[in-house]
Amino acid sequence: MIDYLVYAFLAIAITFNALGSIALHRFPDVYTRLHGATKCTTFGTIFAVLAVVTHALYRIHATGDPKYLGMTLHSLVALVALLLTNPVGAHAIAKASHLSGYKPVKAVVDAYEEKLGGEGK
Amino acid sequence: MRFIASFVWSYLLWLVLTAGTNGLLWSTQELMAGLMFALIVGYATRDVIGERAVRFLNPMKWLGFIAYSPVLFWGMVKANLHVAYLVITGKIRPGIVRVPVDLENDAQYTILANSITLTPGTLTVDACPEERALYVHWIKIPEGMERPESSEPVAGPFEKWAGRLGR
Repeated sequence: MIDYLVYAFLAIAITFNALGSIALHRFPDVYTRLHGATKCTTFGTIFAVLAVVTHALYRIHATGDPKYLGMTLHSLVALVALLLTNPVGAHAIAKASHLSGYKPVKAVVDAYEEKLGGEGK
Repeated sequence: MRFIASFVWSYLLWLVLTAGTNGLLWSTQELMAGLMFALIVGYATRDVIGERAVRFLNPMKWLGFIAYSPVLFWGMVKANLHVAYLVITGKIRPGIVRVPVDLENDAQYTILANSITLTPGTLTVDACPEERALYVHWIKIPEGMERPESSEPVAGPFEKWAGRLGR
């Protein structure tokens, strides 16, 4: 029973990670690609960690083996680290590419360019 | 005070990483070693952590973050399905919009900018506390939404939460 829950979580994780990879090929420029590459994979990884945690908690319940407690807590620490660093990294890449001159393709509005232009850059 | 903040954080992290060494609890050796390392790390990083970081030791703040996580997760679910649809159909209307926000300190800006980035479809390019605005790359701008007046269409309820959590 628990096994099927773990399989469902893993299926969701793989689906969203695959969508993130497809987004890399389908979107036109660096900003839109960042959406797919960072966000879909974060969401997929949350479900991968959920699968690990569910499996490990069930194992603790069934066997009482303390090594599964370490598995649970370490995965959760990894998830927190991912959630904290992933948006910061995406933000840094986006800002750096805009400052080095990569403009968004097909953009309907670019307020950041207007701000930088206003500062005489 | 700064020393206590960084000491508590490093000791907590040690406890989380070494749980399960004695049954489901900690063995004495791990507790003693963790105490020593947390003292060293806490002393070495007391100048890196700012004076005001102490306020994040407040347990009410932790409850706030726990209450925030379902809100953020629900935002991520909705937005991920939206981006999945965009990936498959390729109907995008991208652009960088200026989002005026009403927040006070850097912690609030960090929480809001990270929340906006974590919910797909929007990506914070730059945060400008001096002009009280965020620059957000939006993958599908609705018609007539090129100059948003508030953060509501971009971030939903996140601005309220960021203001509350980072205070």
